[in-house]
Amino acid sequence: MKYPLMLAGLLLASPVLADEKPVLTVYAPDYFTSEWGPGPAIEAGFETVCDCDLKFVAGDMLPRILLEGEKTEADAVIGLNTDVTARARATGLFAPHNEETSALSLPIAWTDPVFLPFNWGETAFVYDKTRLTNPPASFQELIDAPDDAYKIAIQDPRSSASGLALLLWVKAIYGDQAPQVWAKLAPKVLTVTPGWSESYGLFTDGEVDMVLSYTTSPAYHLIAEQDDTKVAAIFPEGHYFSTEVAAQLRTTDQPELAQKFMDYILSDDFQGMIATANWSYPAVIKPGFLPEGFATLPRPAKTLFYSEDEAEALRGPALAEWLAAFGK
Amino acid sequence: MRTPRPWPAMIAGALVTALILAPLGAVALRGGGLARLGPAELSALWFTLWQAVVSAGLSCLIAVPVARALHRRRFPGRRALITALGAPFILPTVVAVMGLVAVFGRRGIVNAGLGAAGLPEVSIYGAQGVILAHVFFNLPLATRMVLQGWQAIPAERLRLAASLGMGPGPVQRHLEIPMLRAVLPGAFLAIFLVCLGSFAIALILGGGPRATTLELAIYQAFRFDFDLARAAALGLTQVALTLAALGFARLIARAPGFGAGLDRAPVAGLGTGPGLCAHDTAAILAAALFLMTPIALVLIRGLPALPDLPPLIWRASANSLAVALASTVLTLVLALPLALATPRHPLAEAAGMLPLAASGLVLGTGLFLLARPFVSPTDLALPLTFVLNAVLSLPFVLRLLVPEVRNLAADYDRLSNSLGLSGLTRLRRITLPRLARPLGFGAGLAAAFSMGDLGVIALFGNGDRITLPLALYQLMGAYRMDQAAAAACLLIALSFALFALFDRIGHHAQPR
Repeated sequence: MKYPLMLAGLLLASPVLADEKPVLTVYAPDYFTSEWGPGPAIEAGFETVCDCDLKFVAGDMLPRILLEGEKTEADAVIGLNTDVTARARATGLFAPHNEETSALSLPIAWTDPVFLPFNWGETAFVYDKTRLTNPPASFQELIDAPDDAYKIAIQDPRSSASGLALLLWVKAIYGDQAPQVWAKLAPKVLTVTPGWSESYGLFTDGEVDMVLSYTTSPAYHLIAEQDDTKVAAIFPEGHYFSTEVAAQLRTTDQPELAQKFMDYILSDDFQGMIATANWSYPAVIKPGFLPEGFATLPRPAKTLFYSEDEAEALRGPALAEWLAAFGK
Repeated sequence: MRTPRPWPAMIAGALVTALILAPLGAVALRGGGLARLGPAELSALWFTLWQAVVSAGLSCLIAVPVARALHRRRFPGRRALITALGAPFILPTVVAVMGLVAVFGRRGIVNAGLGAAGLPEVSIYGAQGVILAHVFFNLPLATRMVLQGWQAIPAERLRLAASLGMGPGPVQRHLEIPMLRAVLPGAFLAIFLVCLGSFAIALILGGGPRATTLELAIYQAFRFDFDLARAAALGLTQVALTLAALGFARLIARAPGFGAGLDRAPVAGLGTGPGLCAHDTAAILAAALFLMTPIALVLIRGLPALPDLPPLIWRASANSLAVALASTVLTLVLALPLALATPRHPLAEAAGMLPLAASGLVLGTGLFLLARPFVSPTDLALPLTFVLNAVLSLPFVLRLLVPEVRNLAADYDRLSNSLGLSGLTRLRRITLPRLARPLGFGAGLAAAFSMGDLGVIALFGNGDRITLPLALYQLMGAYRMDQAAAAACLLIALSFALFALFDRIGHHAQPR
């Protein structure tokens, strides 16, 4: 095994790289860099145009950058959720992306000069139409349904971005009525999991009727498994927007490469693979970017989204309301 | 009588203490001190405490009849069963939850049976689910600790009891109760501490924020609020709780003082009679059913997709195996001197149990802060996983060794001293053979534990040094639930093989 070698490497500080290509270090979430995420294809694609070595570092990015501060090794980050952009921006560590945001095909207006979206979708409840014959036709119907009508798995807003998105979704539709909504929803929630994966596992195992996920989730089953039984319940009240963003660091020692990476994010090469590599909508939609399974997905008529400042101000009180209802 | 200073134990103790407390200090320092705990954290503390007390109490209570039955009965496959019953303890959380849901969930076999019989559904979600899962996880540990206690009662005492015509009552009073008094506080302590640090189980099966544990509160402090001062305060609370529990267990535990035996085979003849026999059979069957069914269902669910696993999984498995073996060696190197020092130096035990108090997140973040000025933390991913896994499994190994070391000290110290046996000769001739069984079992637990642990790789990883549990989570995160189930299957098989291997070695090396 590599241990003696690695330990020796540790003692002698970092080993010198054999090839002299410049390295672009990009922090990304663990799912992103995994063999089953979009990371490997993006790495290969970018390296053919940049004449550099793109190195992904997987992990919980924002805490890591907050800990590292000015001395961070990251040249760019990709995969931040909008729930943390306010805190990320406040560090002053990020530089403008210099891209034309009018090129984006998002259902909402996006003019942020620092954080650049590369994918999107909306939060939705996903169900199996062969198991659930009476899905709710609206958020209101879901809330008003008898306590035993559906068993739902959701994610904890304290540990998961999609869990937090549900809080903001309910706030966006119901505002001050949120506590009453939670009180009616709580008996239908079978359990709250730390992250999305555990919830979704409970759903695919048939343990819950519905799971808090994304409008784009059924596309995976359609395309990868030829399974058309998984459907997102589309509500006329609207669905909460979810996007992942990328940004470059002000402190980078490779500013040109970092900028090139920002350019690459909006390129046809990158955007064309997002649908099936990331199972979400690409931020730029051109003909051919959406395979058949995606093109036929039902779209919500309305997309809800809070500005960063509104969301940041809301998340504390919204969490308190949620905890009050679910903590009983 | 001259007692040399236990240098190896002092070094091991200092290393472990530093490894646990320094990161906590680094986090507190970075956070600008410790924050006061608010009502939300206090309620998390309360839930954490009571569920841990109930889970540990139940595990110990159930372990006594199961261990007694396993000790009294002889049947084909008994030793294989004892090894197999250790399996749940080594499961990664997410795999254990999969299995429990398959048995006790809404669509599980228990509710299917109840439904067919026209009975109301039982729910696994809520405090009862957390406790059920913790008992499932920890009953194996408790059973083995108690069984070890039974096996440590010299056969001569049991023969004497039999020849004096003692019935089950007096045997219980004179032999079993003193033994349990020596073993149970330690078992309770270990399980209590395991349950203190629970996070994912409590949340998934707890049904929601009612079941917020300290560990989740720490997660929230990091992820939701990035409040390092609060995270450090919560981390310190865990350390304080651990030390308090340790002191309490020391107050209660008493050495049984049976004296040494001649390592003869245990007598058959105690606990005969159809009533006791039926009782024991029921205890063994119930435990086997409870512990084995969830694992069997995970295996069945995962097997079909096993051939579909990508080649990456095999690399991840090799990484995991290497880390597991390396950290097992380190665990034993740390555990043995600490355990041998405990009869005279209570601090050795405290140092060795401290890792149970460590929150993974605080530890990871603290080490990250400490390492950063010197090396790139990414390069440290695997070595740190190896060291931390070793240190985190130290308390279990220590817990298994301590009661045996106490007996050893009481029974053989004078003999060894009068023979002038010391140093390595004594270690080789007396100590190691007497401790072979707990060492083997402990090494098995450590190896499997390290195999299944996600470790700090989540914070330090750079993507190419993947371990099997990480691959499992990545598959789940990429919608590939069938392949994730297959990876779980593989993880169980590998962990269990490692565990069984060490357990067997220990068993064969013990003189009796």
